[in-house]
Amino acid sequence: MDDLLREYMPIVIFLAVAVALGLVFLIAAALIAVKNPDPEKVSAYECGFNAFDDARMKFDVRYYLVAILFIIFDLEIAFLFPWAVAFKDLGLVAFWSMIVFLAVLTIGFAYEWKKGALEWE
Amino acid sequence: MSVADFAFYVFALTTVAGGMFTVLSRNPVHSVLWLITAFVGSAGLFVLLGAEFLAMLMMIVYVGAVAVLFLFVVMMLDVDFAALRAGMAKQIPIAMLIGVVLLIELGMIFGTWQFSDGAEAARASLTPAMDEIHNTAALGLVIYDDYLILFQLAGLILLVAMIGAILLTLRHRTNVKRQDVLSQMYRDPAKSLEMIDVKPGQGL
Repeated sequence: MDDLLREYMPIVIFLAVAVALGLVFLIAAALIAVKNPDPEKVSAYECGFNAFDDARMKFDVRYYLVAILFIIFDLEIAFLFPWAVAFKDLGLVAFWSMIVFLAVLTIGFAYEWKKGALEWE
Repeated sequence: MSVADFAFYVFALTTVAGGMFTVLSRNPVHSVLWLITAFVGSAGLFVLLGAEFLAMLMMIVYVGAVAVLFLFVVMMLDVDFAALRAGMAKQIPIAMLIGVVLLIELGMIFGTWQFSDGAEAARASLTPAMDEIHNTAALGLVIYDDYLILFQLAGLILLVAMIGAILLTLRHRTNVKRQDVLSQMYRDPAKSLEMIDVKPGQGL
């Protein structure tokens, strides 16, 4: 158990540095920066005239579909990792089962491509 | 308290606090950020259990997927706080009911759940000792052979998810010009260019 934890020491150090650095930036901004707000300064600025609407509304993020498809391929990659790690000890069945798995997902990929889901417009 | 105990308490606290603030924060975007904290905490807990592969999956898939949740929140929600709060009173009874049901389920797990003797040993694939074989390698040895059908079904589910996502969300906008590389390359200068002899003093 302790061996395992020792292997994770670099990650813990990285985490500590990241958290510390983030806190330093936040605290330094709160302490050092000049703050002199007035109602005009903090109001929404819309190119010279008063803002006529709230920015919070429904809108269509076109990137959404690409993100969903990314997750699916992410999961596919997740299945590839143990296969690659244990590759030397795997038999023919395991090899071909992965090939079939990849082939099935390639069908999906071809479908995406044909449908134009990967194209930007 | 050993290092492992200390790490456990840190990660458990992070997870619970993250989950709590996910529910409690007023702003849905903040909720998603707290959800990330909860996921990172539970990834740490998985590492402590020796399930390193699961921990890394947690980071890659869940924390990565949360980015999409973000998009979802930003896109679908009309983040109007007054309207969000107005529906609260109406839904409190249903929310309470669901909460009580979940609480009873948790109580049943802790109170009445019992393992039969030898349940650990009766499993199809035992967890190998941590110092013998790496966690990811041990998984790789069983997934593709012993659980071949489940593995292939997982592939099919991913295929269905892919097709479903495209069917549900793909809408081509009309009157948008797209680049078609093939038609550009096969364009024939002879067909696209026309020489016209225009007489002086006359238009076309």
